[in-house]
Amino acid sequence: MSLDKLLVTGDPLILFSQIAIGLTMVGLVALITYLKRWKWLWNEWFTTVDHKKIGIMYIISGVLMFFRGGVDGLLMKAQTSRPDMEFLDAQHYDEIFTTHGVIMILFMAMPMLIGIMNVVVPLQIGARDVAFPKLNALSFWLFFAGAMLFNLSFVVGGSPDAGWTSYFPLAGKEFTPGVGNNYYAIALQIAGIGTLATGINFVVTITKMRAPGLKWMRLPIFTWTTFITSIIIVAAFPILTVALAYMSLDRLFGTHFFTVAAGGDPMLWLNLFWLWGHPEVYIVVLPAFGMFSEVIATFARKNLFGYKSMVFAVVGIAFLSMLVWVHHFYTMGNSAAVNSIFSLTTMMIAIPTGVKIFNWLFTLRKGRIEFSTSMLWALAFIPCFTIGGVTGVMLAMAAADYQYHNTMFLVAHFHYVLIPGVVFAVFAAVYYWWPKMFGFKLNEKIGKWHFWLFVIGFNFTFMPMFFVGLDGMSRRMYTYSESTGWGAWLGFSALGSLVMAAGFAAFCYNIYWSFRYADRNVGSDPWNARTLEWATASPVQHYNFAKVPEVDSLDDFWYKKKAGKLGLKKSDIKPIHMPSNSWTPIFISVAFGIVGFFLVFEWFTLAIISSVLIIIGLIANTFDYDDGYHIPAEEVEEEEREWRGELE
Amino acid sequence: MTQANTPLEYRSQQHQMNIFGFWVFLGAEIVLFSTLFASYFVLEHNTAGGPSGQDIFILKDVLIETFLLLTSSFTAGLAIHSMRNMQKRNLIIWTIVTLLLGAGFLYMEINEFIHYVHEGASIQTSGFTAAFFTLLGTHGAHVTFGIVWISLLLVQIVRRGITEKTASKFFISSLYWHFLDVVWIFIFTFVYLKGMM
Repeated sequence: MSLDKLLVTGDPLILFSQIAIGLTMVGLVALITYLKRWKWLWNEWFTTVDHKKIGIMYIISGVLMFFRGGVDGLLMKAQTSRPDMEFLDAQHYDEIFTTHGVIMILFMAMPMLIGIMNVVVPLQIGARDVAFPKLNALSFWLFFAGAMLFNLSFVVGGSPDAGWTSYFPLAGKEFTPGVGNNYYAIALQIAGIGTLATGINFVVTITKMRAPGLKWMRLPIFTWTTFITSIIIVAAFPILTVALAYMSLDRLFGTHFFTVAAGGDPMLWLNLFWLWGHPEVYIVVLPAFGMFSEVIATFARKNLFGYKSMVFAVVGIAFLSMLVWVHHFYTMGNSAAVNSIFSLTTMMIAIPTGVKIFNWLFTLRKGRIEFSTSMLWALAFIPCFTIGGVTGVMLAMAAADYQYHNTMFLVAHFHYVLIPGVVFAVFAAVYYWWPKMFGFKLNEKIGKWHFWLFVIGFNFTFMPMFFVGLDGMSRRMYTYSESTGWGAWLGFSALGSLVMAAGFAAFCYNIYWSFRYADRNVGSDPWNARTLEWATASPVQHYNFAKVPEVDSLDDFWYKKKAGKLGLKKSDIKPIHMPSNSWTPIFISVAFGIVGFFLVFEWFTLAIISSVLIIIGLIANTFDYDDGYHIPAEEVEEEEREWRGELE
Repeated sequence: MTQANTPLEYRSQQHQMNIFGFWVFLGAEIVLFSTLFASYFVLEHNTAGGPSGQDIFILKDVLIETFLLLTSSFTAGLAIHSMRNMQKRNLIIWTIVTLLLGAGFLYMEINEFIHYVHEGASIQTSGFTAAFFTLLGTHGAHVTFGIVWISLLLVQIVRRGITEKTASKFFISSLYWHFLDVVWIFIFTFVYLKGMM
């Protein structure tokens, strides 16, 4: 590829973005330099191995990516708001729906959820950190490198344009010769390696690092869902790794995995993609179910109804999630028998999901419900998600799917599943665990503005899409004529998306406002909650727990709180072992990003040269014998006294 | 837990977790290779007019490769045995033997690949060759990575001796090495033997 094609030019929207990105970067660098914060950033954040800080970095990245993906959504809505609109051309529209899908699923939902897992899970199980703190940092930075590489496509070289599913032959070199789909293959690969490492890390953390007495059937439900999600990650992400490797080989080295001409098979891509892609849906939705369970139990002031059935439902969903992938391509020439089997397995997922919905409803029954902002998100989730679920069962019927397939009906369905199922959950979780992360609450009044604008906007945006879908509007249509009669529906939908965007703006404003003005005296347990993470200070001390708690029952913290048995004896405090910061995770990830960039542009010599950096990082890592350090007991005692008062 | 009966590599909680974590990672590796195998089975007859496995595979070379790799797994076991008995010198010797056998395997495999390309079967030839070279290449890349990794660990053993930490690292690398052997048995059976039948 020649250098003059490197920067995307000729589109005023992109030119504007390039200038904006350039100015923002220069501004940021200047600001940090002016405030003399580089050393602080490096020591406190870039090299940190603390799960809480890594979690916060994930969440910040997720919010930024939400903004990027949201702007994509608004642009699409603007383009389809009126018939024969000429705001975006077809190519630009293709790029935008592709990046919208990829960013929202992989670079928004995933980091948000993994971020919250990182902050909360070690605290919920009474651990001092995750099993492999340094690997955890590597996971984050690999995700971050992948996300940045993917976003770079917007201004350098051109974005991917074959849809977030990137079906072959469309995604092959023959039909999309640009570098866009190279970005897709390589950026997702880098981020995916990080996610796999996270999965392994949490499987080990939850299996091996639970506090004494915290048996499996005493685990908080969010930890359970994280555990099962991690297992699905370990089982599913290697499939994506292979699929993306094939894609890279086909595009970069001219192999024929997916090109029919020389014996390849495009259906291989579909099968591999959805063998990963369908479980991925549950990777993002199961932790969200866990978050809702915690929030509902806390604000209904009751223990979770049917705890055991909830656990079995999660396991059941995880198992079934691996057996349904063919429902993504009923219409692509399977036999009737194959379609029927996958139709059945798909519908069966509704059973454990129904169990969970009823468990939440019964938890609410006769509860003393407190309508806090995070509870509102959980309450709104139930009806909205049920609409998504029911339309899902409609789509699961193979015969009927021949009618709905690839229409706006489908698009409306998965937004009705993923937005209540993931985004509402993330908002509920952010409001709920915010005091644990930062020591103050987000403003409840602005929170309610955020809630109502977002939920009303969401329904106005996606409900009309069911109707235009049933009326035959296929997905990914960039324009349509007046005579279709869809103008009013889609205009309405576009207005809805503006309301939703206003909701997101209220959320950002809330963060700003609360950082400046919120009351700092909220105590360590501001919601009167049930699980172990509230047994320690807010914000949590570096070492999490001065003394590893001992657990006697489910919701142990709640009962000990009622019995007044939460004190800490001075004699219980011992020196605490902590892992040291490390520069290798960020170094290796940046190296991956650089190699990835050269591979995208097929500059192989440069890629080989720069891959030496990765090797240097790995060698430095294996020779690193730093065993961490100890926090002296006096220091721990001092910190504990600060929030507990005098110790016993 | 009694210290005396516990192997060195399992004595601290962190090292136990490292080993367990590596088993979980091997679970992911099983999925990775299963996917490669499944794709190979989908594409193995799609030769698109190019050579098939029957045309190019040479049984003798493959048998030598198999012999080298299987023996290296045995010597890797002897290395761990020496480690458990705290015999640093034997550990180093058996590890070097393992690495040499691994390098011999790689040398044979690279020659095999060059031979195939001369026969007109490069990775770009057909669906079959793409799947074949990717499956074999992934295994070969793992062996290469293993050789480099174990060499680096050898340096650490020489410098630091057999400690809880070096022992756990070394034990993990031997799990990895055995795993590659198991994968090779599947390749030998379902790629070569099946392909030559």
